[in-house]
Amino acid sequence: MTDYTQALIDLGYIAASILFIIGIKMLGKQERARKGNLISALGMLIAVTAAMFECCLDFTWVITGLVIGSLIGLIAARTVKMTSMPQMVALLNGFGGIASLLVGWANYHSQPDSNLLVRVAVLLAVLIGGVAFSGSLVAYGKLAGKISGRPILVKRQALINILMLAAVLIGSLFLVFTPGGTIAYGVFLLIVVLSLSLGVFSVTPIGGADMPVVIALLNSYSGLAASAAGFILLNNVLIVAGSLVGASGLILTGIMCKAMNRSLGNVLFSGFAAGPGKAVSTSVQGEPKPITAEDAYYVLEAAGSVVIVPGYGMAVAQAQHAVRELGEILENNGAEVRYAIHPVAGRMPGHMNVLLAEANVLYEQLAEMDDVNPIMESVDVCMVIGANDVVNPAAREIESSPIYGMPIINVDKAKTVLVLKRSMAAGFAGVDNPLFVKENTRMLFGDAKATVQQLVAQFKES
Amino acid sequence: MSFGLLFFVFVLAIFLGVELISKVPSQLHTPLMSGTNAISGITIVGALTAAGSGADLLGSILGTVAVIFATVNVVGGYLVTNRMLAMFKRKSGEQK
Repeated sequence: MTDYTQALIDLGYIAASILFIIGIKMLGKQERARKGNLISALGMLIAVTAAMFECCLDFTWVITGLVIGSLIGLIAARTVKMTSMPQMVALLNGFGGIASLLVGWANYHSQPDSNLLVRVAVLLAVLIGGVAFSGSLVAYGKLAGKISGRPILVKRQALINILMLAAVLIGSLFLVFTPGGTIAYGVFLLIVVLSLSLGVFSVTPIGGADMPVVIALLNSYSGLAASAAGFILLNNVLIVAGSLVGASGLILTGIMCKAMNRSLGNVLFSGFAAGPGKAVSTSVQGEPKPITAEDAYYVLEAAGSVVIVPGYGMAVAQAQHAVRELGEILENNGAEVRYAIHPVAGRMPGHMNVLLAEANVLYEQLAEMDDVNPIMESVDVCMVIGANDVVNPAAREIESSPIYGMPIINVDKAKTVLVLKRSMAAGFAGVDNPLFVKENTRMLFGDAKATVQQLVAQFKES
Repeated sequence: MSFGLLFFVFVLAIFLGVELISKVPSQLHTPLMSGTNAISGITIVGALTAAGSGADLLGSILGTVAVIFATVNVVGGYLVTNRMLAMFKRKSGEQK
Protein backbone atom coordinates (compact mmCIF):
# COMPACT_ATOMS: atom_id res chain seq x y z
CA MET A 1 0.00 0.00 0.00
CA THR A 2 1.37 3.38 -0.92
CA ASP A 3 1.59 6.30 1.44
CA TYR A 4 -0.97 8.14 -0.64
CA THR A 5 -3.54 5.39 -0.27
CA GLN A 6 -2.99 5.34 3.48
CA ALA A 7 -3.37 9.11 3.66
CA LEU A 8 -6.62 8.92 1.69
CA ILE A 9 -7.94 6.19 3.95
CA ASP A 10 -7.12 8.28 7.02
CA LEU A 11 -8.81 11.30 5.44
CA GLY A 12 -11.88 9.12 4.85
CA TYR A 13 -11.97 8.18 8.53
CA ILE A 14 -11.65 11.81 9.57
CA ALA A 15 -14.46 12.80 7.21
CA ALA A 16 -16.62 10.01 8.63
CA SER A 17 -15.98 11.16 12.21
CA ILE A 18 -16.93 14.73 11.32
CA LEU A 19 -20.12 13.59 9.58
CA PHE A 20 -21.09 11.55 12.66
CA ILE A 21 -20.63 14.60 14.87
CA ILE A 22 -22.67 16.84 12.56
CA GLY A 23 -25.29 14.11 12.17
CA ILE A 24 -25.75 13.65 15.93
CA LYS A 25 -25.98 17.39 16.42
CA MET A 26 -28.71 17.65 13.78
CA LEU A 27 -30.64 14.74 15.31
CA GLY A 28 -31.40 17.04 18.22
CA LYS A 29 -33.60 19.41 16.19
CA GLN A 30 -36.82 18.18 14.64
CA GLU A 31 -36.55 20.20 11.41
CA ARG A 32 -33.06 18.91 10.67
CA ALA A 33 -33.14 15.49 12.28
CA ARG A 34 -33.88 13.54 9.12
CA LYS A 35 -31.08 15.23 7.22
CA GLY A 36 -28.81 14.62 10.20
CA ASN A 37 -29.52 10.91 10.05
CA LEU A 38 -28.68 10.86 6.33
CA ILE A 39 -25.44 12.74 6.96
CA SER A 40 -24.44 10.25 9.61
CA ALA A 41 -25.32 7.41 7.20
CA LEU A 42 -23.08 9.03 4.59
CA GLY A 43 -20.31 9.08 7.20
CA MET A 44 -20.81 5.35 7.72
CA LEU A 45 -20.64 4.71 3.99
CA ILE A 46 -17.36 6.62 3.75
CA ALA A 47 -15.92 4.75 6.75
CA VAL A 48 -16.88 1.38 5.26
CA THR A 49 -15.46 2.32 1.86
CA ALA A 50 -12.21 3.48 3.44
CA ALA A 51 -12.02 0.27 5.45
CA MET A 52 -12.44 -1.79 2.27
CA PHE A 53 -9.22 -0.30 0.96
CA GLU A 54 -7.18 -1.46 3.88
CA CYS A 55 -9.01 -4.40 5.36
CA CYS A 56 -8.78 -7.24 3.05
CA LEU A 57 -6.61 -9.81 1.50
CA ASP A 58 -9.65 -11.88 0.71
CA PHE A 59 -12.97 -10.32 -0.21
CA THR A 60 -15.17 -13.44 -0.42
CA TRP A 61 -16.03 -13.49 3.28
CA VAL A 62 -16.36 -9.72 3.47
CA ILE A 63 -18.77 -9.41 0.56
CA THR A 64 -20.82 -12.40 1.75
CA GLY A 65 -21.22 -10.79 5.15
CA LEU A 66 -22.10 -7.38 3.77
CA VAL A 67 -24.72 -8.74 1.37
CA ILE A 68 -26.41 -10.99 3.94
CA GLY A 69 -26.36 -8.25 6.59
CA SER A 70 -27.72 -5.59 4.23
CA LEU A 71 -30.58 -7.81 3.10
CA ILE A 72 -31.59 -8.70 6.65
CA GLY A 73 -31.32 -5.07 7.76
CA LEU A 74 -33.30 -3.81 4.78
CA ILE A 75 -36.12 -6.30 5.14
CA ALA A 76 -36.33 -5.90 8.91
CA ALA A 77 -36.44 -2.10 8.71
CA ARG A 78 -39.07 -2.14 5.97
CA THR A 79 -41.40 -4.64 7.56
CA VAL A 80 -41.23 -3.77 11.25
CA LYS A 81 -44.39 -2.17 12.61
CA MET A 82 -44.11 1.19 14.33
CA THR A 83 -45.66 -0.35 17.42
CA SER A 84 -42.81 -2.87 17.53
CA MET A 85 -40.20 -0.13 17.46
CA PRO A 86 -38.99 -0.51 21.07
CA GLN A 87 -38.05 -4.16 20.59
CA MET A 88 -36.57 -3.44 17.15
CA VAL A 89 -34.27 -0.79 18.60
CA ALA A 90 -33.27 -3.19 21.38
CA LEU A 91 -32.51 -5.95 18.90
CA LEU A 92 -30.40 -3.76 16.58
CA ASN A 93 -28.53 -2.48 19.58
CA GLY A 94 -27.74 -6.03 20.62
CA PHE A 95 -26.39 -6.79 17.16
CA GLY A 96 -23.88 -3.97 17.45
CA GLY A 97 -22.78 -5.42 20.78
CA ILE A 98 -22.26 -8.97 19.49
CA ALA A 99 -20.36 -7.63 16.48
CA SER A 100 -17.88 -5.92 18.82
CA LEU A 101 -17.58 -9.09 20.88
CA LEU A 102 -16.82 -11.09 17.73
CA VAL A 103 -14.26 -8.54 16.58
CA GLY A 104 -12.54 -9.01 19.93
CA TRP A 105 -12.74 -12.79 19.64
CA ALA A 106 -11.43 -12.84 16.07
CA ASN A 107 -8.52 -10.68 17.14
CA TYR A 108 -7.69 -12.93 20.08
CA HIS A 109 -8.05 -15.98 17.85
CA SER A 110 -5.52 -14.75 15.31
CA GLN A 111 -3.10 -12.94 17.66
CA PRO A 112 -3.50 -14.14 21.24
CA ASP A 113 -0.19 -12.61 22.26
CA SER A 114 -0.58 -9.11 20.86
CA ASN A 115 0.57 -6.24 23.02
CA LEU A 116 -0.79 -5.76 26.51
CA LEU A 117 -3.06 -2.77 25.86
CA VAL A 118 -4.63 -4.45 22.85
CA ARG A 119 -5.34 -7.53 24.96
CA VAL A 120 -7.07 -5.38 27.57
CA ALA A 121 -9.13 -3.76 24.80
CA VAL A 122 -10.10 -7.21 23.48
CA LEU A 123 -11.34 -8.22 26.91
CA LEU A 124 -13.29 -4.98 27.28
CA ALA A 125 -14.89 -5.40 23.85
CA VAL A 126 -15.91 -8.95 24.79
CA LEU A 127 -17.27 -8.00 28.21
CA ILE A 128 -19.14 -4.82 27.21
CA GLY A 129 -20.24 -6.18 23.84
CA GLY A 130 -21.43 -9.42 25.43
CA VAL A 131 -23.47 -7.64 28.11
CA ALA A 132 -24.92 -5.28 25.48
CA PHE A 133 -25.90 -8.24 23.28
CA SER A 134 -27.52 -10.61 25.76
CA GLY A 135 -28.97 -7.73 27.79
CA SER A 136 -30.57 -6.32 24.66
CA LEU A 137 -31.96 -9.74 23.74
CA VAL A 138 -33.63 -10.02 27.14
CA ALA A 139 -34.94 -6.46 26.75
CA TYR A 140 -36.21 -7.46 23.31
CA GLY A 141 -38.01 -10.45 24.81
CA LYS A 142 -39.62 -8.31 27.49
CA LEU A 143 -40.68 -5.57 25.07
CA ALA A 144 -42.05 -8.02 22.51
CA GLY A 145 -43.96 -9.79 25.28
CA LYS A 146 -42.08 -13.03 24.66
CA ILE A 147 -41.00 -13.13 28.29
CA SER A 148 -42.71 -11.65 31.30
CA GLY A 149 -42.28 -7.92 31.74
CA ARG A 150 -42.36 -8.41 35.49
CA PRO A 151 -39.03 -8.40 37.26
CA ILE A 152 -37.68 -11.94 37.53
CA LEU A 153 -35.56 -12.35 40.61
CA VAL A 154 -33.33 -15.29 41.33
CA LYS A 155 -32.31 -15.85 44.93
CA ARG A 156 -29.06 -14.04 45.76
CA GLN A 157 -29.12 -12.40 42.37
CA ALA A 158 -26.70 -9.66 43.34
CA LEU A 159 -24.26 -12.19 44.78
CA ILE A 160 -24.33 -14.29 41.60
CA ASN A 161 -23.70 -11.21 39.47
CA ILE A 162 -20.79 -10.12 41.63
CA LEU A 163 -19.30 -13.62 41.51
CA MET A 164 -19.58 -13.71 37.71
CA LEU A 165 -18.01 -10.29 37.40
CA ALA A 166 -15.23 -11.37 39.74
CA ALA A 167 -14.66 -14.49 37.63
CA VAL A 168 -14.42 -12.32 34.52
CA LEU A 169 -11.86 -10.09 36.24
CA ILE A 170 -9.75 -13.00 37.46
CA GLY A 171 -9.91 -14.65 34.04
CA SER A 172 -8.92 -11.37 32.41
CA LEU A 173 -5.93 -10.99 34.74
CA PHE A 174 -4.88 -14.50 33.85
CA LEU A 175 -5.11 -13.71 30.14
CA VAL A 176 -3.20 -10.49 30.50
CA PHE A 177 -0.25 -12.41 31.94
CA THR A 178 -0.64 -15.72 30.06
CA PRO A 179 -2.22 -14.89 26.71
CA GLY A 180 -1.28 -17.98 24.66
CA GLY A 181 -1.99 -21.70 24.89
CA THR A 182 -4.96 -24.03 25.10
CA ILE A 183 -5.78 -23.24 28.72
CA ALA A 184 -5.74 -19.53 27.94
CA TYR A 185 -8.15 -20.07 25.04
CA GLY A 186 -10.43 -21.98 27.41
CA VAL A 187 -10.34 -19.09 29.86
CA PHE A 188 -11.10 -16.69 27.03
CA LEU A 189 -14.17 -18.71 25.99
CA LEU A 190 -15.27 -18.82 29.62
CA ILE A 191 -15.09 -15.03 29.71
CA VAL A 192 -17.26 -14.86 26.57
CA VAL A 193 -19.86 -17.11 28.21
CA LEU A 194 -19.74 -15.21 31.51
CA SER A 195 -20.14 -11.86 29.77
CA LEU A 196 -23.21 -13.12 27.96
CA SER A 197 -24.70 -14.54 31.16
CA LEU A 198 -23.97 -11.30 32.98
CA GLY A 199 -26.09 -9.43 30.43
CA VAL A 200 -28.98 -11.84 30.90
CA PHE A 201 -28.80 -11.75 34.69
CA SER A 202 -28.57 -7.99 34.86
CA VAL A 203 -31.66 -7.31 32.74
CA THR A 204 -34.06 -10.07 33.85
CA PRO A 205 -34.63 -8.51 37.31
CA ILE A 206 -35.62 -5.18 35.75
CA GLY A 207 -39.32 -4.61 35.20
CA GLY A 208 -41.09 -3.37 32.10
CA ALA A 209 -41.64 0.20 33.26
CA ASP A 210 -37.92 0.62 33.93
CA MET A 211 -37.11 -0.40 30.37
CA PRO A 212 -36.46 3.17 29.15
CA VAL A 213 -33.48 3.34 31.51
CA VAL A 214 -32.18 -0.07 30.50
CA ILE A 215 -32.49 0.53 26.77
CA ALA A 216 -30.67 3.84 27.04
CA LEU A 217 -27.93 2.21 29.09
CA LEU A 218 -27.52 -0.73 26.70
CA ASN A 219 -27.33 1.77 23.87
CA SER A 220 -24.42 3.36 25.67
CA TYR A 221 -22.75 -0.03 26.17
CA SER A 222 -22.83 -0.93 22.49
CA GLY A 223 -21.14 2.38 21.75
CA LEU A 224 -18.45 1.77 24.35
CA ALA A 225 -17.93 -1.74 22.98
CA ALA A 226 -17.32 -0.26 19.53
CA SER A 227 -14.89 2.14 21.15
CA ALA A 228 -13.05 -0.79 22.74
CA ALA A 229 -12.90 -2.42 19.30
CA GLY A 230 -11.28 0.81 18.14
CA PHE A 231 -8.51 0.35 20.68
CA ILE A 232 -7.97 -3.18 19.37
CA LEU A 233 -7.51 -1.97 15.80
CA LEU A 234 -5.85 1.30 16.83
CA ASN A 235 -8.48 3.04 14.74
CA ASN A 236 -9.68 6.51 15.62
CA VAL A 237 -13.00 6.48 13.79
CA LEU A 238 -14.25 3.59 15.93
CA ILE A 239 -13.08 5.33 19.07
CA VAL A 240 -14.72 8.64 18.16
CA ALA A 241 -18.02 7.17 16.94
CA GLY A 242 -18.18 4.65 19.78
CA SER A 243 -17.57 7.17 22.50
CA LEU A 244 -20.07 9.64 21.01
CA VAL A 245 -22.70 6.92 21.25
CA GLY A 246 -21.48 5.91 24.69
CA ALA A 247 -21.81 9.48 25.93
CA SER A 248 -25.23 10.04 24.39
CA GLY A 249 -26.53 6.78 25.86
CA LEU A 250 -25.28 7.76 29.30
CA ILE A 251 -26.95 11.15 29.07
CA LEU A 252 -30.26 9.62 28.04
CA THR A 253 -29.90 7.16 30.91
CA GLY A 254 -29.42 10.07 33.28
CA ILE A 255 -32.48 11.88 31.91
CA MET A 256 -34.60 8.75 32.34
CA CYS A 257 -33.38 8.18 35.91
CA LYS A 258 -34.09 11.78 36.80
CA ALA A 259 -37.60 11.45 35.39
CA MET A 260 -38.19 8.61 37.81
CA ASN A 261 -36.36 10.25 40.69
CA ARG A 262 -34.26 7.13 41.11
CA SER A 263 -30.58 6.48 40.93
CA LEU A 264 -29.18 4.22 38.26
CA GLY A 265 -28.08 1.78 40.96
CA ASN A 266 -31.61 1.65 42.31
CA VAL A 267 -33.05 0.84 38.87
CA LEU A 268 -30.45 -1.82 38.14
CA PHE A 269 -30.32 -3.60 41.44
CA SER A 270 -33.55 -3.12 43.32
CA GLY A 271 -36.04 -5.18 41.31
CA PHE A 272 -38.52 -2.41 42.12
CA ALA A 273 -41.70 -3.69 43.74
CA ALA A 274 -40.90 -7.18 42.60
CA GLY A 275 -42.29 -9.05 45.56
CA PRO A 276 -45.78 -8.51 46.93
CA GLY A 277 -44.19 -7.57 50.24
CA LYS A 278 -42.50 -4.56 48.74
CA ALA A 279 -45.60 -2.92 47.33
CA VAL A 280 -46.32 -0.39 50.02
CA SER A 281 -50.01 0.10 50.54
CA THR A 282 -50.67 3.70 51.36
CA SER A 283 -54.34 2.96 52.04
CA VAL A 284 -55.94 5.59 49.88
CA GLN A 285 -59.34 6.62 51.22
CA GLY A 286 -62.35 7.19 49.01
CA GLU A 287 -64.28 5.67 46.16
CA PRO A 288 -63.53 6.06 42.46
CA LYS A 289 -66.36 7.67 40.50
CA PRO A 290 -67.03 5.77 37.28
CA ILE A 291 -68.94 7.46 34.46
CA THR A 292 -70.29 6.31 31.12
CA ALA A 293 -68.88 7.26 27.74
CA GLU A 294 -72.00 9.36 27.19
CA ASP A 295 -71.37 11.45 30.30
CA ALA A 296 -67.72 11.75 29.38
CA TYR A 297 -68.82 13.06 26.01
CA TYR A 298 -70.76 15.89 27.66
CA VAL A 299 -67.69 16.80 29.72
CA LEU A 300 -65.45 16.85 26.65
CA GLU A 301 -68.01 18.60 24.49
CA ALA A 302 -68.02 21.56 26.88
CA ALA A 303 -64.26 21.72 27.27
CA GLY A 304 -62.28 24.66 25.88
CA SER A 305 -58.90 23.07 26.49
CA VAL A 306 -57.99 19.42 26.67
CA VAL A 307 -54.69 17.82 27.60
CA ILE A 308 -54.27 14.16 26.70
CA VAL A 309 -51.75 12.18 28.77
CA PRO A 310 -50.88 8.84 27.15
CA GLY A 311 -49.09 5.97 28.83
CA TYR A 312 -48.07 2.43 28.09
CA GLY A 313 -51.75 1.38 28.24
CA MET A 314 -52.36 3.35 25.04
CA ALA A 315 -49.61 1.39 23.30
CA VAL A 316 -50.97 -1.93 24.56
CA ALA A 317 -54.49 -1.09 23.38
CA GLN A 318 -53.09 0.26 20.05
CA ALA A 319 -55.34 3.24 20.68
CA GLN A 320 -53.15 5.96 19.15
CA HIS A 321 -55.13 6.33 15.91
CA ALA A 322 -58.44 6.49 17.74
CA VAL A 323 -56.92 9.02 20.15
CA ARG A 324 -55.74 11.22 17.28
CA GLU A 325 -59.22 11.07 15.73
CA LEU A 326 -60.79 12.14 19.01
CA GLY A 327 -58.20 14.91 19.29
CA GLU A 328 -59.14 16.24 15.85
CA ILE A 329 -62.85 16.14 16.65
CA LEU A 330 -62.21 18.07 19.87
CA GLU A 331 -60.22 20.67 17.93
CA ASN A 332 -62.99 21.06 15.38
CA ASN A 333 -65.29 21.46 18.34
CA GLY A 334 -63.26 24.52 19.33
CA ALA A 335 -61.06 23.05 22.05
CA GLU A 336 -57.34 23.52 22.29
CA VAL A 337 -55.81 20.02 22.31
CA ARG A 338 -52.35 19.09 23.51
CA TYR A 339 -50.61 15.85 24.31
CA ALA A 340 -48.50 15.87 27.46
CA ILE A 341 -45.85 13.21 27.50
CA HIS A 342 -43.85 12.12 30.51
CA PRO A 343 -40.20 11.30 29.72
CA VAL A 344 -40.58 7.70 30.94
CA ALA A 345 -44.09 7.03 29.64
CA GLY A 346 -43.99 3.76 27.72
CA ARG A 347 -41.15 1.35 27.35
CA MET A 348 -38.39 3.35 25.72
CA PRO A 349 -37.33 6.99 25.75
CA GLY A 350 -39.77 8.90 23.54
CA HIS A 351 -42.04 5.88 22.96
CA MET A 352 -45.33 7.82 23.12
CA ASN A 353 -44.05 10.51 20.77
CA VAL A 354 -43.27 7.94 18.11
CA LEU A 355 -46.67 6.28 18.42
CA LEU A 356 -48.55 9.58 18.22
CA ALA A 357 -46.42 10.80 15.33
CA GLU A 358 -47.26 7.58 13.53
CA ALA A 359 -50.94 8.41 14.06
CA ASN A 360 -50.29 11.82 12.44
CA VAL A 361 -50.42 13.94 15.56
CA LEU A 362 -48.58 17.16 14.77
CA TYR A 363 -45.17 17.71 16.33
CA GLU A 364 -46.27 21.02 17.88
CA GLN A 365 -49.02 19.30 19.84
CA LEU A 366 -46.57 16.99 21.61
CA ALA A 367 -45.72 18.83 24.82
CA GLU A 368 -43.16 18.01 27.46
CA MET A 369 -44.07 17.62 31.11
CA ASP A 370 -42.39 20.87 32.14
CA ASP A 371 -44.31 22.88 29.53
CA VAL A 372 -47.70 21.57 30.59
CA ASN A 373 -47.48 21.52 34.38
CA PRO A 374 -47.42 25.30 34.88
CA ILE A 375 -50.65 25.77 32.90
CA MET A 376 -52.44 22.72 34.24
CA GLU A 377 -54.78 24.72 36.51
CA SER A 378 -56.29 26.46 33.48
CA VAL A 379 -56.96 23.20 31.63
CA ASP A 380 -60.62 22.16 31.49
CA VAL A 381 -60.22 18.45 30.92
CA CYS A 382 -57.22 16.21 31.31
CA MET A 383 -57.61 12.81 29.69
CA VAL A 384 -55.31 10.13 31.08
CA ILE A 385 -55.08 7.19 28.68
CA GLY A 386 -53.37 4.13 30.05
CA ALA A 387 -50.92 6.06 32.22
CA ASN A 388 -50.72 5.52 35.95
CA ASP A 389 -47.50 6.08 37.88
CA VAL A 390 -46.47 9.13 35.84
CA VAL A 391 -49.66 10.94 36.90
CA ASN A 392 -49.80 9.66 40.48
CA PRO A 393 -50.09 12.59 42.91
CA ALA A 394 -48.70 10.34 45.65
CA ALA A 395 -45.32 11.27 44.18
CA ARG A 396 -46.01 14.80 45.39
CA GLU A 397 -48.11 14.24 48.49
CA ILE A 398 -47.34 10.99 50.25
CA GLU A 399 -43.85 10.86 51.66
CA SER A 400 -43.98 7.16 52.45
CA SER A 401 -44.83 6.28 48.84
CA PRO A 402 -42.10 4.43 46.93
CA ILE A 403 -42.46 6.88 44.07
CA TYR A 404 -42.36 9.98 46.33
CA GLY A 405 -40.32 12.73 44.70
CA MET A 406 -40.72 11.47 41.12
CA PRO A 407 -41.67 14.33 38.83
CA ILE A 408 -45.19 13.76 37.53
CA ILE A 409 -47.65 15.42 35.19
CA ASN A 410 -49.99 17.22 37.57
CA VAL A 411 -53.20 16.09 35.91
CA ASP A 412 -55.10 16.33 39.21
CA LYS A 413 -54.77 20.12 39.02
CA ALA A 414 -56.92 20.28 35.90
CA LYS A 415 -60.58 21.17 36.41
CA THR A 416 -61.73 17.68 35.44
CA VAL A 417 -59.69 14.54 35.02
CA LEU A 418 -60.93 11.66 32.88
CA VAL A 419 -59.01 8.47 33.52
CA LEU A 420 -59.29 5.71 30.93
CA LYS A 421 -58.29 2.50 32.57
CA ARG A 422 -58.91 -1.19 32.14
CA SER A 423 -59.57 -1.90 35.82
CA MET A 424 -58.68 -0.64 39.26
CA ALA A 425 -55.46 -2.68 39.31
CA ALA A 426 -52.42 -0.82 40.57
CA GLY A 427 -49.84 0.49 38.12
CA PHE A 428 -46.48 -1.08 37.46
CA ALA A 429 -45.02 0.16 40.70
CA GLY A 430 -47.81 -1.51 42.64
CA VAL A 431 -48.56 1.79 44.31
CA ASP A 432 -52.09 2.99 45.05
CA ASN A 433 -53.02 6.03 43.05
CA PRO A 434 -54.93 8.70 45.00
CA LEU A 435 -55.73 10.38 41.67
CA PHE A 436 -58.51 7.87 41.05
CA VAL A 437 -60.48 8.94 44.11
CA LYS A 438 -59.98 12.70 43.85
CA GLU A 439 -63.02 14.95 43.80
CA ASN A 440 -62.45 16.07 40.20
CA THR A 441 -61.60 12.63 38.77
CA ARG A 442 -63.97 10.48 36.73
CA MET A 443 -63.11 6.93 35.76
CA LEU A 444 -63.90 5.49 32.34
CA PHE A 445 -63.34 1.76 32.67
CA GLY A 446 -62.68 -0.45 29.68
CA ASP A 447 -60.24 -1.04 26.85
CA ALA A 448 -58.67 2.29 25.95
CA LYS A 449 -59.23 1.92 22.21
CA ALA A 450 -62.87 0.84 22.56
CA THR A 451 -63.57 3.66 25.00
CA VAL A 452 -62.02 6.31 22.76
CA GLN A 453 -63.95 4.94 19.78
CA GLN A 454 -67.17 5.20 21.79
CA LEU A 455 -66.38 8.83 22.52
CA VAL A 456 -65.69 9.47 18.83
CA ALA A 457 -69.01 7.84 17.96
CA GLN A 458 -70.81 10.07 20.48
CA PHE A 459 -69.38 13.16 18.83
CA LYS A 460 -70.32 11.92 15.38
CA GLU A 461 -73.91 11.17 16.39
CA SER A 462 -74.54 14.62 17.73
CA MET B 1 -0.65 5.44 16.61
CA SER B 2 0.29 5.54 20.24
CA PHE B 3 -2.11 4.34 22.89
CA GLY B 4 -1.88 7.61 24.77
CA LEU B 5 -3.04 9.54 21.75
CA LEU B 6 -5.95 7.13 21.19
CA PHE B 7 -7.00 7.52 24.78
CA PHE B 8 -6.80 11.29 24.41
CA VAL B 9 -9.15 11.09 21.42
CA PHE B 10 -11.49 8.82 23.40
CA VAL B 11 -11.80 11.23 26.30
CA LEU B 12 -12.31 14.25 24.04
CA ALA B 13 -15.00 12.43 22.06
CA ILE B 14 -16.87 11.56 25.27
CA PHE B 15 -16.92 15.22 26.24
CA LEU B 16 -18.03 16.18 22.76
CA GLY B 17 -20.83 13.61 22.92
CA VAL B 18 -22.06 15.03 26.22
CA GLU B 19 -22.11 18.55 24.76
CA LEU B 20 -23.92 17.42 21.61
CA ILE B 21 -26.68 15.47 23.31
CA SER B 22 -27.51 17.43 26.41
CA LYS B 23 -30.16 19.61 24.75
CA VAL B 24 -32.34 17.20 22.82
CA PRO B 25 -36.12 17.61 23.25
CA SER B 26 -37.74 14.49 24.68
CA GLN B 27 -39.95 14.14 21.58
CA LEU B 28 -36.85 13.05 19.70
CA HIS B 29 -35.42 10.63 22.23
CA THR B 30 -36.37 7.50 20.30
CA PRO B 31 -34.95 8.57 16.92
CA LEU B 32 -31.86 9.91 18.68
CA MET B 33 -31.37 6.57 20.32
CA SER B 34 -31.86 4.52 17.19
CA GLY B 35 -29.78 6.99 15.17
CA THR B 36 -26.83 6.79 17.56
CA ASN B 37 -27.38 3.05 17.73
CA ALA B 38 -26.78 2.87 13.98
CA ILE B 39 -23.56 4.82 14.51
CA SER B 40 -22.39 2.25 17.05
CA GLY B 41 -22.44 -0.15 14.10
CA ILE B 42 -19.11 1.50 13.20
CA THR B 43 -17.65 -1.63 14.69
CA ILE B 44 -18.27 -2.91 11.14
CA VAL B 45 -14.86 -1.45 10.26
CA GLY B 46 -13.29 -3.83 12.77
CA ALA B 47 -15.46 -6.66 11.52
CA LEU B 48 -14.35 -6.09 7.91
CA THR B 49 -10.72 -6.21 8.98
CA ALA B 50 -11.31 -9.44 10.88
CA ALA B 51 -13.23 -11.09 8.04
CA GLY B 52 -10.79 -10.13 5.31
CA SER B 53 -7.50 -10.68 7.08
CA GLY B 54 -7.06 -14.09 5.47
CA ALA B 55 -6.93 -15.84 8.83
CA ASP B 56 -7.82 -19.50 9.31
CA LEU B 57 -11.38 -20.78 8.87
CA LEU B 58 -12.62 -20.06 12.38
CA GLY B 59 -11.10 -16.57 12.29
CA SER B 60 -12.79 -15.81 8.98
CA ILE B 61 -16.11 -17.17 10.18
CA LEU B 62 -15.97 -15.08 13.37
CA GLY B 63 -15.18 -12.03 11.27
CA THR B 64 -17.92 -12.74 8.77
CA VAL B 65 -20.57 -13.25 11.43
CA ALA B 66 -19.40 -9.97 12.96
CA VAL B 67 -19.80 -8.29 9.55
CA ILE B 68 -23.34 -9.66 9.22
CA PHE B 69 -24.43 -8.45 12.65
CA ALA B 70 -22.77 -5.07 12.26
CA THR B 71 -24.29 -4.57 8.81
CA VAL B 72 -27.78 -5.39 10.08
CA ASN B 73 -27.16 -2.88 12.87
CA VAL B 74 -26.03 -0.18 10.44
CA VAL B 75 -28.53 -0.69 7.61
CA GLY B 76 -31.48 -1.49 9.87
CA GLY B 77 -30.61 1.31 12.28
CA TYR B 78 -30.43 4.09 9.70
CA LEU B 79 -33.54 2.96 7.82
CA VAL B 80 -35.63 2.59 10.96
CA THR B 81 -34.52 6.01 12.20
CA ASN B 82 -35.37 7.54 8.85
CA ARG B 83 -38.82 5.94 8.94
CA MET B 84 -39.48 7.32 12.39
CA LEU B 85 -38.26 10.81 11.61
CA ALA B 86 -40.39 10.90 8.45
CA MET B 87 -43.46 10.57 10.68
CA PHE B 88 -42.82 13.70 12.70
CA LYS B 89 -44.78 16.37 10.88
CA ARG B 90 -45.37 20.02 11.55
CA LYS B 91 -48.35 22.21 10.81
CA SER B 92 -46.41 24.31 8.30
CA GLY B 93 -46.55 20.98 6.53
CA GLU B 94 -43.61 19.98 4.42
CA GLN B 95 -44.96 16.56 3.57
CA LYS B 96 -42.08 14.58 2.22
